[in-house]
Parts: sequence; structure tokens; C-alpha cells
Amino acid sequence: MFAWLNQIVQVSWMNLKNIPQRAGASLVIVVGIAGVVGVLTAILSMGAGFRATLGNAGFEDRAIVMRNGATSELSSGLSREQADVISGAPGIRRDANGKPIMAAELLVIADLPKASTGTLANAAVRGVQPGSFLLRPEVKITQGRMFNFGTREVIVGKQAAMQFSGLKLGSRIAFRDSDWSVVGIFEAGGSANESELWADAEVVQSTYRRNGFQSVSVALENKSALKTFKDALTADPRLQVKVSTMKQYFAAQSEVMSKLINVLGYSVGLIMAVGAIFGALNTMYAAISTRGREIATLRAIGFGAMPVLVSVLLEAELLALIGGAIGALLAYLLFNGYTAATLGSNFSQIAFDFRVTAALMGQGMVLALAIGLIGGFFPAWRATRLPVATALRAE
Amino acid sequence: MKYFSLIWASLFRRKTRTILTLLSIIVAFMLFGLLQAVNQAFNGGADSADADRLITNSRYSIIDMLPVAYQRQIESVPGVKAVAFASWFGGSYQDKPAQFAVFPVVPDEYLKIAPELQVSPQTLAAWKADRTGAVVGEALAKRMHWKVGDKVPLQADIWPQKDGSLTWTFDIVGTFHNTKDKANGDSALLFRYDYFDEARQYGQGTIGWFLVKIDDRRHAGSVGKAIDALFANSDHETKTQTEQVFAQGFAKQFGDIALIVSAILGAVFFAILVLTGNTMSQALRERIPELGILKTLGFSNRAVWWLVLLESLLLAILGAVLGLLLAVFAIGAMKSMLTGFGITEVGWRVVAEGLFFACLLGLLVGFAPALQAMRLKIVDALKA
Repeated sequence: MFAWLNQIVQVSWMNLKNIPQRAGASLVIVVGIAGVVGVLTAILSMGAGFRATLGNAGFEDRAIVMRNGATSELSSGLSREQADVISGAPGIRRDANGKPIMAAELLVIADLPKASTGTLANAAVRGVQPGSFLLRPEVKITQGRMFNFGTREVIVGKQAAMQFSGLKLGSRIAFRDSDWSVVGIFEAGGSANESELWADAEVVQSTYRRNGFQSVSVALENKSALKTFKDALTADPRLQVKVSTMKQYFAAQSEVMSKLINVLGYSVGLIMAVGAIFGALNTMYAAISTRGREIATLRAIGFGAMPVLVSVLLEAELLALIGGAIGALLAYLLFNGYTAATLGSNFSQIAFDFRVTAALMGQGMVLALAIGLIGGFFPAWRATRLPVATALRAE
Repeated sequence: MKYFSLIWASLFRRKTRTILTLLSIIVAFMLFGLLQAVNQAFNGGADSADADRLITNSRYSIIDMLPVAYQRQIESVPGVKAVAFASWFGGSYQDKPAQFAVFPVVPDEYLKIAPELQVSPQTLAAWKADRTGAVVGEALAKRMHWKVGDKVPLQADIWPQKDGSLTWTFDIVGTFHNTKDKANGDSALLFRYDYFDEARQYGQGTIGWFLVKIDDRRHAGSVGKAIDALFANSDHETKTQTEQVFAQGFAKQFGDIALIVSAILGAVFFAILVLTGNTMSQALRERIPELGILKTLGFSNRAVWWLVLLESLLLAILGAVLGLLLAVFAIGAMKSMLTGFGITEVGWRVVAEGLFFACLLGLLVGFAPALQAMRLKIVDALKA
């Protein structure tokens, strides 16, 4: 056993020391695998970032009420009376004064020029009530001040301020021919709210000539209060509504985009992995064939087939590991934290940061090792099959 | 051409290596084909949009509705030939958001303005006779296995019916063929506006957007301005632009993602080509001594140059053709999964671009070894 291990170490060490002489060919494996891992990780990190942004507001002890059948706030609509009925339902947490913590909100869209392209894109404008802030304690004004209720003032989410031009502190913007001013910039714990503009619901209603709201959001007493709350609303004949926790709501919102990105990432990754396997096979076959005599000599002086096979595999795996690490690292350095924006299911721009997570990088490394294993195995197998006498005679 | 078998034979002199190299090239071009198709999908509408058709929607945002009465007023604008309208219905089918467009329209008017939607006279007659009738794109009918006479229930998300019910049931009366928009138009469901307007809970007399056919595309700007001027300072101001500009603006909203994906994949495509090129030219260089023998046999310098270059070109083009074919098949196979995203085929332009890159690859890779082979002195070659 020990002798066998010793043989493996000897042969492998010799192989590895020779790699620099075959640098060009070895580079094919390293770069090929770095490409696969880098691309897979980068694309999937986009999906991870999008999910995280929507998931950051995915609290289980907050619920959102929309019209039955609505799939997003934009397709929902609730009247003022319905909002009042909802605020009286059991299960809603109460503030120090005994008032339910809830907010009836509007979500409308404004066309604003996007900073990156200069073309108009949809910005989400949320008409909020004082309850909106109690409900979302993570919302913090970082620059300027809070807007005054009853005025045409707006506070802008951190991401929206970057994605759209003309949303700096102190800027004036035109909604519906009325003049609004940006009085503050806010953060919201990295959630999708940061891509929105917030203003007084009443003022937004009058500006957009609306009477009702899109949704009612509430803070629940606790996670288990959802059932009480939901049952009360579903049983009420005055309402035809759908109740979901914020977690369920945002998970559904990110589903389509996640699916698209995953399909894209995995299919591209798979195709590239296959390509990298061919590259690795090519390199390793070439490595074996140039060392045919050397291997035969080793076999002739008593080295077993197994140590030779293991040594070739080790070489392939080492190159794969280096490639995988380079790919994952590149993806991390280039893309982690990179901000992009796309059209979300509320038909408005949602900005999100790419997230190159440890899990994604780990997954990439596993893929790299798998490619190395397949790419190394067949050439290694051939190396051990070669009859010693033939190989020694070869030119 | 008489040397084809010679080139072919030398190409496969080392079978394993050539096949593996070929496979790498195939993979690179398959990726290229798929990527371009994805890119097209993100910009899809823009290609098929009509330049002499305008879209008039609410000035403030696409979600605001316009009064249907605007139709007559727009018709009176000089340069306007016809006006039709549609609205966004949305909805879910079988518990999932519908992966197809659902629009309530007035059959005659809409089909007149969108001649690319071809409906047989029988279908049109049946549609006009059936208030809850709907026509669907061929591709959609096929995907959903819908037949004429089927009743299709959609769950409304924006538009409940008056009694609060969410289920709208449509009778499929026929299919339409879209001669232009291969990406999305074939996957639409059109139903009757009169049914929609009467049954919906709220919003009577309002519609999503007007399609305006104009007499000459050169007048698009002035006609658009005239339309918007009609409704300036009203409760519902409008924004009119050509269908093309509208579609481009929409595609840009997805922008970043498409841009990032194509940048990453583009980089990878070229990385693969560089690596494969490296392997190929190494293989060619190893064989240079053999070329000395050809020269001994009387091949001219020029002939040897061509032999080497053609061999490299052949390998690159062979790989590219197979790879692009694979991309075509892959997209065909995944069609049902991808139609929701608007990806349907690899266009001719993509194939042409792919072949261009293949030629470039073959030339770049083959050039140096070919030059070396041409300048080779027989004596040196045989000595090696």
C-alpha cells in the first residue's frame, strides 16, 4: 500500500514539475475552465442579486392585500372603503396609541429619463401614508429630509436616484404638468423600495386623478396572525381580496426573472462545460502522447498502471482547480456588487446588485473539478492501456 | 477542388485531436447562435414593428387608459388613414401569469390596421357572430393544444367582471397567421372589445392605446404632433410615436440584462476561439516537415500555402456550420419553454455573422503556418 502511494506521489510530482514545459497546452484547460466557471457564476449572480433585492423586503410578519386575482400591485386596485374595512381586521399589530399599523398605498408609473441610456423608462411612484414608515422601519432618510404630507414633495430611493437622471436632492421633476421637488434620499435595507419614489398618497391621488389605492400593507401581530387576518378578510362579503405575506408576494415577483436567468445561466454553462471538456481532453491526450515513451519507461521499470492513471488525473484536476479558482475570482472581482436595472413585474425599473455568493463560487468549483475529471480520465485510461513495448519503440 | 481529398485526409491525420478541436469549435458557434437569438429576443419587437403605424398612448405612462371617444377625433387628423385600439388584459391561465398577450379589440378595425394578421373569411365571420369569441395565433394554438370550439378560461388580474368573478371564458373561433412578427405576434389571443367593455367591473369606455395608420411614413412626426396637440391640456393627454420607436423604448427598459449577458458571452466566444485557434495552429506547425515531402513531389509553394490555409478554413467552417445547426435545433427543441421569452429562431443574419467569424478564425489560424509552409526549404524540412 505504502509503495503504491509512494509511486503515485513520485509520478505525479514528476508530471507537475513538467507542466511549465507544456504551458501553452495546459493554458487551454485553465483558461477554458476559468471561462466556464466565470460565466456561470456571473450570470447566476445576477439572478441571486435580483432575488435578494426582492427578498430583502420579504418579511413574514407583514402582509399585503390586493384585489383578488391581481398578480402585482400595478394590476390591483382597492377602493377607499375597502381599505377602511381592511384596517379594522383582526391580527394587525398596533402602535403605542392602539392604532393599527397599516398603510393604503398607490403605485403609479412616471416616465423619467434613465441615466445610462437617456431614454424614458418607467419609474415606480408610491403614494404612501404615515403608516408606510411604521410598517417599514428599515426605511431611513440618508440625505435631505422627509417630505411634508400635503405638499408636492417627494423622497427618492437610493437606487432610483442613481438609475434615473434628474433625481438629485433639490431637483425639480414634472409629474402630470405639476412641479415636484426632491427633498430627500432614502435607504430601505437593500429592498426593491429603494428603486421607488415616495410621496404623499393623497397628493399622488389628486395628481393622477385617482380615487382608490393599489394595495394595503399591514404589520401583523406575529407570523401566526396571518391566518386570523386572512380568514377575516376572505369571510367579509364587502371584499374580494387576496392576502399574502410580503415574503410570498416578493417570491412570486422574482419568479419569472429568476427562471429566465437560471435557464440562461445553466444552459450556457452546460454548453460551455461541454466545450471545456473537449479542450481538456485535447490537452491531456496531447500531454499523454508526447510523454508516451516516458510513461512506458516508468511502466517498464516497475511502476503500476494505477499510479500513472492517478497522476494524469491529478494533473488534470490541478489545472481545473486553478482555472475554476481564477474564474470564480474574476466573477467576484468584476461583478460582485455591480448594479443593474431591469423591468420588474410592476412594470417599472428595479435596480439590483449582483451577488457572487460563496455558494455560487463553490458550485463553480465543483463544476470545474467535474470537467477536469472527465477531461483527464479518458487520456489517463489510454496511457495505462498502451502496451509498454509498442510505446518504447515509438519515435 | 481536386485536392479536397488530400486536405480532408490531412485534416483527419490525427483523428482524436481534430475531432476534439472540431467539437470545441462547434460548441463555440452553438453558443454564438443561441446568444444572438437571445439578443434578438430582447430587441425583438423593434425589428418587426411598422414604421408607418403610430401608437398613441397616455402621455404620462403606459398604464393610464384613454377614452375610446378619441378614436373619431384621431381619424379626423389629416394624414391618418385608419385608427384601431387595443388594451392590455394580462390575466393568468392555469394558475400562471399568461405567457401570451391578450388584447380586447374590435375585429374589423384591428385587422384592417394590422394586415400582417391574416384571418380566413370564415374565421372572421365566426368571430363576428360570437360575442365571446376569440382568435389566437397559430403558434399559441399549437402550444396550448387549443382547437376551434374550445372554451378557454382566463383568470383576470386587472379586470374582474361586474359580478366580481375573475373568470373570463373565451370561445376559440379560429387562428390567425402573422406574416411579420415571428417572435411575439403569433402568440396573442384577441377577443372582442364589446364583450370586454360590457362585462368589466370598471373603466367602461376606456382603452389602452390607439394604433394609427398613416398615409406616408415621412409624415409620422407631423401627424404624431397633430394628434397630441388635439388632446393637449385635456384630462387625458397623449403621446404618439411610431411603433418602431415604441418597441425600441420598451426593449431598452430590459436593457441592462441583455447588455451584460451579451458582453459576458461575447468575451467567452472570443476566448474559446483564441484557445482553439492556438491548438489548431500548433497542430499545423507540427506537420510542417511533412509538407517538405509534398514539395519534393513537385507541389509549388503557392499550392502548399493554399493547402494549409484551406485545411484550417475547412475545419473552422465545418465547426461553425455544425454549431449553428445545433443552435437552430436546440432552440427548436426548447421552443415551448422559451416562447414566453420571445425567443423563437436563429435568424439568417446570425448565421451569416457566424460564418463570417468562422472564416476569420480559419484565416487567422492558418495564416502563419501557411506562410511558414510556403517559405519552407525542402532540405530543412526533410532534415527535421
